[in-house]
Amino acid sequence: MPSLTAPAAESCVRGAELRTIVLTIAVTLLNSCGNLSLTWGMKHFSQMVGLSPLPYLKAFLNPFVALGVVLLILWLLTRMALMSWADLSFVVPLSSFGYVLAAVLGKVFLHENVSGGRWWGTGLIFAGSALVGSTTQRTNTARGGEAAQSGRSDRYAA
Amino acid sequence: MKWILLTIIVFSTVLGDLLQSYEMKRSGEQSVNVQGLAKLLRMIGSRKYLFLGIVCMAISFFAFMALVQTEPLSFAVPASAATFVLETLLAKFVLNERVGFRRGAGALLVLGGVVLLAH
Repeated sequence: MPSLTAPAAESCVRGAELRTIVLTIAVTLLNSCGNLSLTWGMKHFSQMVGLSPLPYLKAFLNPFVALGVVLLILWLLTRMALMSWADLSFVVPLSSFGYVLAAVLGKVFLHENVSGGRWWGTGLIFAGSALVGSTTQRTNTARGGEAAQSGRSDRYAA
Repeated sequence: MKWILLTIIVFSTVLGDLLQSYEMKRSGEQSVNVQGLAKLLRMIGSRKYLFLGIVCMAISFFAFMALVQTEPLSFAVPASAATFVLETLLAKFVLNERVGFRRGAGALLVLGGVVLLAH
């Protein structure tokens, strides 16, 4: 594989970091919207759910629950792709920004109260996410046989 | 019952994320277009650790649904946020990720924020 010049390699890494941040935002949005739709549907579902699978299946007939489940399946798949790009210890704290989004969505759509303590919590999550986001997204570059065998280029190798 | 459900949530989330991360790192970078998502869906059926990871996530999801029906979110959310610290530690020791000061401090700040947010 031809080696990249220093500015080209830096530009490549920056592009990859930007791509990861954009996907993290998409993953967070899918999770927040999925949870909001699911919560809305479950709040209008009168039957209690427990260990039996039947009430869960009945709950899926509610359109909001169904939409929530579809969004959460998309969240799961995009998050899997994100985990193929970045460390677990990078993805997990960064995607917790969804808690902030959930508070905002709860206030806007469910008219919930946001106390002073909650705003402090929001600030801490923002600071923590920013701190984690400023670290290298992939520190463990060891790959299994498949990626290496297929001869795919590795953006981290530059 | 709530402590049993909480234990199930924490352990199944941590195990599910570790298995997914391990398997996704092995698979190389995946795209997020329609074909890429379809490929990821097929991968769940063909890779045993990934399948097990998804089963763990499903267990965590149903346990969380059951927990929030009987307990307030102000208990369920901060309690289940314990996964952040546990996952960061296990990512370092099991997945050999480099967790430096900034990443560790960031995870702790997020944990503190989630606890405050839920009150």
